[in-house]
Formats: sequence, structure tokens, C-alpha cells
Amino acid sequence: MKKAGIVMIIGSLLLLGLFALPLWNITLGAPQYPEPIGMNIYISGIEGMSEFDIQNIDGLNHYIGMKTIPKPDEMWEFQVFPMVIGGMAILGAIIGLFGFLGKISSSWFLGWFILMSILGVLGMYDFNQWLLEYGTDLDPNAIMKMVDEQGNPLSYKPPLLGHQKILNFDAYSYPLAGAYMMFVGMSLTVVAFFMGRKSKKA
Amino acid sequence: MKTINKIAIFIASLALLASCGPGKEKKGNSGALSGNAAEKVYVAPGEHDEYYAFMSGGYSGNLTVYGLPSGRMLKEIPVFSQFPTSGYGYSEETKPMMNTSFGFVPWDDAHHPDISQTNGEIDGRWIFINGNNTPRIARINLATFETEEIIEVPNSAGNHSSSFITENTEYVVAGTRFSVPIPQKDMPIADYKANFKGSLSFISVDPEHGHMDIKFQLMMPGFNYDLSHPGRDKSHGWFFFTTYNTEEANSLMEVNSSQNDKDFIAAVNWKVIEEYVNNGGGTMMPAEYAHNVYDESTHTATSTMKKEVLTVDPLKVPGAVYFLPTPKSPHGCDVDPTGQYIIGNGKLSADLTIHSFDKMIAAIEGKKFDGEAYGIPILKFEEILAGTVKSGGLGPLHTEFDGEGNAYTTFFISSEVVKWKLGTWEVIDRKPTYYSVGHLMIPGGNSRKPFGKYVVALNKITKDRYLPTGPEMEHSAQIYDISGEKMELLYDFPTHGEPHYAAGCPADLLKKNSKKIYRLDENKHPYAIMKPSEAKVTRDGNEVHIYMSTIRSHFTPDNIEGIKVGDKVYFHITNHEQDFDVPHGFSMIGQGTSELLVMPGQTKTSLWEPKKVGVWPFYCTDFCSALHQEMQGYVRVSPANSSIPLSWSLDGE
Repeated sequence: MKKAGIVMIIGSLLLLGLFALPLWNITLGAPQYPEPIGMNIYISGIEGMSEFDIQNIDGLNHYIGMKTIPKPDEMWEFQVFPMVIGGMAILGAIIGLFGFLGKISSSWFLGWFILMSILGVLGMYDFNQWLLEYGTDLDPNAIMKMVDEQGNPLSYKPPLLGHQKILNFDAYSYPLAGAYMMFVGMSLTVVAFFMGRKSKKA
Repeated sequence: MKTINKIAIFIASLALLASCGPGKEKKGNSGALSGNAAEKVYVAPGEHDEYYAFMSGGYSGNLTVYGLPSGRMLKEIPVFSQFPTSGYGYSEETKPMMNTSFGFVPWDDAHHPDISQTNGEIDGRWIFINGNNTPRIARINLATFETEEIIEVPNSAGNHSSSFITENTEYVVAGTRFSVPIPQKDMPIADYKANFKGSLSFISVDPEHGHMDIKFQLMMPGFNYDLSHPGRDKSHGWFFFTTYNTEEANSLMEVNSSQNDKDFIAAVNWKVIEEYVNNGGGTMMPAEYAHNVYDESTHTATSTMKKEVLTVDPLKVPGAVYFLPTPKSPHGCDVDPTGQYIIGNGKLSADLTIHSFDKMIAAIEGKKFDGEAYGIPILKFEEILAGTVKSGGLGPLHTEFDGEGNAYTTFFISSEVVKWKLGTWEVIDRKPTYYSVGHLMIPGGNSRKPFGKYVVALNKITKDRYLPTGPEMEHSAQIYDISGEKMELLYDFPTHGEPHYAAGCPADLLKKNSKKIYRLDENKHPYAIMKPSEAKVTRDGNEVHIYMSTIRSHFTPDNIEGIKVGDKVYFHITNHEQDFDVPHGFSMIGQGTSELLVMPGQTKTSLWEPKKVGVWPFYCTDFCSALHQEMQGYVRVSPANSSIPLSWSLDGE
């Protein structure tokens, strides 16, 4: 159970990587952008892949009437996400410590994982909602008003995961290092659960 | 590319084996192999060339940038000439670049570019070029590919033996082609002999910023100083100038200055003179010359008139100058990469004369003199001669080197490039040029480390090489592969203006440093605005300043009222884009100057003096976006006595 506790502590602390490393990336390439432009999404805000990318994406988006990319103080998520991630990392570490000391069973590890998974799914849902709103809530006086084959206003929503063609742009959306650290960390907590269960049987 | 070449060579070899059988392989003559020439110059769409080539524009006054081996022109850099394409020399910021002691001179004749060096190898920081007509030297920044500095050279006329660089860019050297009275005065032309002087200027280059300053001018006898090159490696510290008209004729020069069997190469020990000057030597004389500096942060040039220059009498500095007798009006003066051989290309001779640096030093130490000219010792020809290339060609002009012990000399009259071996002086190969070649260029050829893969021949006569375009045509260049024993003609391409010399370097040396944008947050232009909300129009008497910004796809402001006939209206345009290759242009109807092309983050100013009442449009000249055609605005011009107040707006705000 001592080893399981250590793995649980390491797993949950890996979440802290999200404070330094980006969670997600959206890259936009087009014939005019052989070096694609794009944004890295952190839990506390959005930054350009290159220094002026956000300004240039906003410049392009103004043609189709999209809002500018939100600053950290324009979205509640950028205040709440760091608190949730920080809280969960600390909570996981404390659970791991109690596990290490043999005060609690490894079921707590699984409980933490389930809670984290629910929060993760909620986070992804929220992220997708934001992309949807961002891609469809357009200025009625936009310079270019594009419609799809059915005559409905075109959605410029970037994909949640994978590739999508948006007008002349190829949009690619994939997780980045911070997210991978979170996935590994969460997997470790499951490993810790099984390790704990095995040591109990033995 | 490399793979394609390999495959092509392989296939070509197979074809040869099939047709000729083994052992008959002869490079360059086979039909199958001449097809390979196309592969060698082919740079696939989206691929980059292997070398940059900077070709002087001659009477265009500018410098053109080409890619090698494709021969594609990449850019024309305005240097000495007004350039309406960008507004250079027309914008308020760049007009001072053309200032001289003769006033505004918006043109020159640009001849010999040379790239800055460190330890004898090209370092790719700057490129220098001379203005031949109104003597000037320009420095171009190779991160922005923009002219940053122009210094006028006083006491000079026909600034031709310029602008060549010493091996740590200590000096850019500028020699006069025409000797003149120094100081200038009203005197009979026939009194030229013994009264005119020729000045050789050593212009120091600040190692950090590249700023130029005339360190000293050497006052030489009144010959014509034709071309020059620095010593390098073992001969570093010396500079060599060819001369003609040692007869000191002043009329019908083509005959009268061609009478002496030998003219001179002047060997100047600049290290000795530098020491003399640093110890307080030399005479300060009054002079008037402009020094024009462009500041990248303010995007603005300023011109300062300098009032004096330090001159040095060569007779007062022992060991400073010697004359090397060289047959028949030598033109090009070239030094091989080791610094041992000084080549005099005697243009009225069939042969090349090569002097030995070691022998020259020994002759000086042994005082092997053959008289003197105006007090300057003439070294004995036989004592310094390293060898003669019996070329069989006519009219040798210039020599470059491949770094493998071979030299390549152009022959103007017999229209060919001849390859010969340093040390043995034997001719290895010769190939015709089309037609009448002047200079030639091997990338890095004027340094310790040439990149001997290609040579470019820069021809003076074009005639039938391309589709005819009336009596006037562009000049013609040829590129040869020199990686093998024999040269192979690969390609012809037209060049802009009249390229004299050129300079080249590997693409990798420059492309990583090439700027994409100017940072708006580093823009210190006094009329720049950082945000569209700072846009305004101010009046001071009849001077009106419009602080305007551009971003795709509008001007802020785009409606301006309160301008009056007789006003001097300055449009200060700041491009707010921070995206690569998104310039905006600006042009105003009836404007007496050119358009402006404003790069991202840059500010440029155009002066407009409205003469007619009305509502006059302006627009963006660069197809900046899908809404480019909408990028326009209006200025209302009222009569001179109108009381309509200044107002400005964008979308009614």
C-alpha cells in the first residue's frame, strides 16, 4: 500500500504540469499561411503559437464577424480551471498520503479518479460549447456572410479534436503536453488503485 | 534536389554507357549530359536557391538580389536612386538619403558590391556598394535588405576603385578614378600633369553598428585609380590599386593614356598609415561631404554635412606605398584567397601578370627599386613577378578564385572565361560568354573562403540572347558549373540595369536572419500612432499633419475635411499589421511624388500639396486582402480662405 500511495501522489501531482504547459492547440493553415498560425490554450488563458498570432487570427476573423479571442479576464473558466486543477492535485496528494500511511483504502484513489473524470468531461463539454458559440455567434454586419448548402449561416467552429476544413483554412485541434501529463497522471491513479487492492489481498 | 541530380546523373551515365561504351565518358559534350544542365539550375516550385547573388545595378543606381543557380530575381534594393515602387527617395523619411554636397542627387552609378567579412570570411551582416558618379559609399543591412547609410567621399571623382572591404571589415576602401585638383579650384585643364591628385579613401566601419567614417585620405599622384582589392591572410594590412593613365593625359585619353608599356599597381600598406594617423599624423583639410544615416527604429534618415577630412601625404609615411609595374593599363586587381598572388589584368594585353606578395616584400627589404614616380619607389618588375598566364585570350578584365587553387579570368574582347592554375600558370579550360564579359563572380570569391561551385559571367552585350525588345535590352548573365575540371555552361538569364561586379554567399548565411516584420512596439517614429484611436489631424499654419493607421482593410481616418488649397499636407502612415508580407500602400490623386509602400510596423510619410478644390480620393496600392478594393478614403479640399474646421473620422466616429 505504501507504493500505491506514492504512485497516487505522483499521478495527482502530474496535474500541476497544466500550470506551465498548454492543454490544447488549435492550428490554422492556409495557402497564404505556409507557416501556420495558431493558439495554445492554457488553463489560465490563450496564447499565440507565435507572438502575433492572436492579433492575426482576430484580424482574419473580423471578415466573418467572429468575436475576438477572449483575454483571461473575459472568461470565467480561466479563473475557475486553475482552482479546480490545483484543488484536485492537492486533494489527490492528500489521499495518496493517507493511503501511504495506511489510513484509508485504495478505493479513495478510484473515487478521486471518477471525480476527476467527471470534471474533465464537464471541462471538455464547456470547451466545446465555447468553440460552438465562438464559431456561430457572428456579427450580423460581418463583411462576409457565408452560408452552407442548405442556406444556413456557415459555422466556423473549429473541431474539438482532429482536422476540419473551414473555408480556405485547415484547422487542426489536438491536446498538448499539459493534457498528456494530466492523462498520464490520471492513469497512474488507476494503477495506484489496483496496486493498493493487490497489496491488500496479499 | 540532390537526389534528383543523383538520379539524373545516374540515368545520364547509363545512356552514355549504352551509346559510347565504357571509357569514352567526356563531360559536357554529350547530348545526354547537356540535358543535365537543366536539372542543375532547376529549383522546384517552393524550393529555395542555394546562393544569394547581389548584382550591382550600374546606371540603375540600385542593387538587385538574385537566387543561384536558378537566376531568379528576388528583389531590387534601392540604394542611390529614387524608387517609386517603395517610395524610397520620395518619402519624407528617405529624401535625406540622397543628400550630397551638391544638393539632392537622386541617382548614381552603382558598381562594386562587397559583403562584410570577419577573419577573411564573409559574415553576411552588411553589403557595401559604391556610387561612381557623385562619389558615395552605401551600406545595406542584410537582415532588412534596406539601405541604412550613405557617406559621400570628398576629393574624389569617379569613385570606381571602390567599395572593397578589408578582411575584418576594418575599412571599406574607395579610390578615385579621375584625378582632380585638390582642393577644387578654377585652373586650366591643360595644367593637369603634376597638379591634379588622386585620393584613396579609407573609411572605417564601426564593428557593432556598421557606421562609416572617413579615417584618412591618401593623396596620390594624378593617375587614374581603376580597381582595387584588399590583401588577405598573409597580405592582410595591404591594399592594391590598379592604375592607368600614368601618362597623366587630359584629352583623347583612349590614345594618350595608352602609351606607356607598363602602368602600376599601387601597393598601399594601410596598417602603417593607420598607425601614423593614430599617432597624430596627417593634415586636416576643409571639405564638404554628406553623411546620411537611416535609423531603423524611427524609420527615418538624417543627413549631416561634414566639414573636414584627414589627408595623408604618402611621402611622409615611410614604407606606405610602392608601385608594382604592370603591363598595359591593368583593369581588375585581384588577390587570391591565400593572399600570395596579386593579379593585374592588363586590359590591352593578351597576358595576365601575377605578382608575388613574398617577392614584393623581399624586393622592398632589398631595395630593388627601378626609380620612382613622384617620390614613390617603383619596384623592379622582374623581382616581384611570380608568373605570366599566356592565355591566348584578348582583353583580360577580372579574375576570381574557387578556393581549390584555380583562377577564372574574363576576357572582354575575345568574350570568354578562362580557367587557369595558380602557381603553374597553365590554362586548363576556356568557355565562350555571350557577349563581351565584364566582371565575373564566384560566391565568396573576394574572401579567403570562396564557394567554388558556380561562376556567373556578367556580360556587357546582349544582342540575340533573348526575345528582342527593341534597341534597348537588359544585360545578360551566364552561370557555369565549375565543380569539375572543365567548366559547364548551365544557363542564361537577363539582369537589371548594368551589373558590374556582384557578390554572393550561401543562402543559409542570410535567410535565417532575414526580418519578417518591423515591431510596432519598437517604432519610435515621431508621427507614428500605436492604436487607431490615436489617429488625428493637426494644423500649424498651412502645414497639416495626418496621423493615419492602416490595417486590413481600412485607413483610420478615411474621411478628412478642413484641408485647404495651398496647404502642405503630410500623410504619416503607420502600418499596424504584424503579419509577414502584409504591406499597405498609399497614393493620393495628383500627388507630385510616388506612392508609399509601408511594411508591417513601419511609418512612412508622403507630402501632398493640394492645388484644386474638391473631394479627392486616396487608396491602398498593394492588393492587401480580399477587401483591398474597399481600402480607400476621401479628403475634402476647400478654398484657401475657407473656414471649415479640421475634422476626421472612420465610419462616422
